[in-house]
Amino acid sequence: MRKFFLAIAIGCFTLLPAFAQTVKQRIPACLDCHGENGQSQNPDVPSLGAQQPFYVTVQLLMFREHMRVADSMNDATRGLSDDDLRNLADAVSNLPPPRPPDGPVDEARIERGSALVGQNHCNFCHTPSFTGQQNVPRIADQREDYLIKALRGYKDNSRHGYDGTMAETLASVTDEQILDLAYYIARVK
Amino acid sequence: MIRIISAGPLLAGTLLLAAAAFAQQPTAPTSSAPAAAPALPPGSPLIGRPENNEAAAKLAPVAPPPLATAADKIQVDQLKAPKGFNIELYASGMPNARSLALGDKGTVFVGSRLQDKVYAIVNKNGKREVKVLVSGLYRPNGLAFKNGTLYIAELSQISKIDNVEDKLDSSPKPTVIYSDLPKDEAHGWKFLAIGPDNRLYFNVGAPCNICMPPPTNAQLRNIATDGSDAQVIARGIRQVVGMDFNPASKVLYFTENQRDWLSEDEPQDKLNRLLNPGKDNFGFPYCDGGNIEDPQFGWGHSCSEFTKPVTQLGPHTAPLGMRFYTGHMFPAKYHDAIFIARHGSWNKSNKIGGDIYVVYLNKDGTVKSQETLITGFIQNNNYIGRPADVMNMPDGSMLISDDFNGAVYRVTYGIKTAAER
Repeated sequence: MRKFFLAIAIGCFTLLPAFAQTVKQRIPACLDCHGENGQSQNPDVPSLGAQQPFYVTVQLLMFREHMRVADSMNDATRGLSDDDLRNLADAVSNLPPPRPPDGPVDEARIERGSALVGQNHCNFCHTPSFTGQQNVPRIADQREDYLIKALRGYKDNSRHGYDGTMAETLASVTDEQILDLAYYIARVK
Repeated sequence: MIRIISAGPLLAGTLLLAAAAFAQQPTAPTSSAPAAAPALPPGSPLIGRPENNEAAAKLAPVAPPPLATAADKIQVDQLKAPKGFNIELYASGMPNARSLALGDKGTVFVGSRLQDKVYAIVNKNGKREVKVLVSGLYRPNGLAFKNGTLYIAELSQISKIDNVEDKLDSSPKPTVIYSDLPKDEAHGWKFLAIGPDNRLYFNVGAPCNICMPPPTNAQLRNIATDGSDAQVIARGIRQVVGMDFNPASKVLYFTENQRDWLSEDEPQDKLNRLLNPGKDNFGFPYCDGGNIEDPQFGWGHSCSEFTKPVTQLGPHTAPLGMRFYTGHMFPAKYHDAIFIARHGSWNKSNKIGGDIYVVYLNKDGTVKSQETLITGFIQNNNYIGRPADVMNMPDGSMLISDDFNGAVYRVTYGIKTAAER
C-alpha cells in the first residue's frame, strides 16, 4: 500500500515542468496530484479548492524554504519566486470548494466529533463554517485521511505550523479524538 | 451553521440543535463526548475570550504576511515624525524581520520569529545588500552581538557564531551553548541582550495568555557567554520582547506585554526596571498592568506585593524592542531616553500602538514623561507596517525593524533622505 502511494507521488511530480513560467502552465501539474478542480482523489493529498490564499502562500513558502518537509512539495516549489507563490495561492483559492464523501454516516462519530470541535474551539479560528480566515486554513470537507495526517503531524511536532497555535491546541487531544475530529470535519458543509 | 451531509433529516435536525447548543456554550460537556478535554489548550490566545460577543469574536492575533513587501510597495511616506526627523527605507526583503543587532564591522543582523532565518544587511562596494546568514533555525527571534560573536536565541536554545563578520558568505553553522529551556510555543520566542556584565539576558515567557506558569517559565534569566551558570534574575513576568541597560546606572529596563481579554482598555502593558536581580517579582499572573488584581488569579493577592512598573505603556499596545538612545544626532532631549517599538494591538477593537514611543527618565531612573514619536503604521484601523525593534547606529541615527513588511527603516535628524535630495 505504501509503495502504491509513493508511486502516485513520484508519478505526479515528475510531470511538473521545472521551468514553467505562468500560473496557468503550473496549475495542471498541481492538479495531477491534488485532483481535478482541486478535489483530491489521492490518499494523504489535500484538496485545494477554496483554500484561503494567505494560508496557501504560507504553506508554499514553507515548502520552498524547507520549513515544512514533504519531498514532492519541496521539489515542486524549488526556485519559485515570491510572486509565483502569491499567484498560485490566488489560483488555488478560486477553485471550487471540495465536496464531502458520499456514503452512510456514522452518527455516533459525528456527534463525538462535533462535541470535540466545541471543546477545542476549532470553530473560533477556523470560523463556524470551517472555511478559515487569513493564515487559518479552510478545513471543511477536507479529505479525512489528510486531516488525520495533518493533526497527527502538528501533535507530534513533525509538522511545524507557521505559528505554534496548532501544536498547542493538539497537545491535549488524544489520537482517538483526532480520528473523530477528522471524521466530522471531512463531512461538514 | 453546520450541516451534515448524507444524514437523514431527523438526524440532521438533532445535530443542528446540538451544534446550536455548542455555539452558545462551547465548553459544555455532553454525555456522548469523549473524556473531557480542557476548555482551551493552555497556550491558546483565545483563553479568556468572552462568549457570545460579536466584537470580541472578531479579534485574533494579526498574522504577519509570509512574504516580504516589495520595496516600492512599502508606504514609508505614510509614517509621521516630528519636524526635523526623516524616515527612509534602509533595507527590505527580509520576511518577518524582528530583532536587530549590530556587528563591529557594521553588519546589521536581523532575526525572525516565524521564518527560519537570520539575515545580514551588509555594505558591499557602497551598496546595501541583504543576505541570508543562517537558515533552518526554529523561531530565531533573539540576537545579540559582542566581541565578534553573534548570539542567536531560538525557541528553546541559544547558540553562537564566533567571528561572524568574517563568515558572512560561508553559511556559518551556529554552535549551541544553552538548551535547558521549555519548548512551549506560546510566548516561546525570545529577546536576547548582552549586559554590561558580559552575560546574556533573555526571557522565558508564560506559556499562555493567563495561567499559573510552571516554575521554569514567566521569568528572565541570564547565562555566561559560554552557556554556563544560568541564573533566574526576575520572576512574575508574562512576556518580554525587548530590554536594554541604562547607560548611566547599568540597570536593566524591559518592556512587558500584559494579558488579553480583560477589557478593551485594561490592563496596560508595562515598562519595568530590575533593581533587585534574583528577588523582584513583577506580578504575573496575580497582578495585571501593575495595578489590577487579576480576576482569576488575583484573589487573595494585592498588586502592592509585587514590583511596580516604572510606567504603563497603554492597553494591548505590545511594546517590543526598546533601546536607550545613546547617539547625538537627535536633539539633546532624546539623549538617554528610551525608544520603544510598540508593535500595536490585536486584542482591541480600535487598534492602538503601532508606533515608536519615547520614555524620558529622571536622573534617579524614574519616568519623567512619555510620548509617541513616529506614527502612521496604522491606517484606517489596519496595519501598513508593524515596528518590532529599534537599534542605535554609530552615526546617531536609529534603525527600526518592521515584521509586517519584512523591512528595516532608518531614522535620521536634520539630514534629508535620498528622495528629498
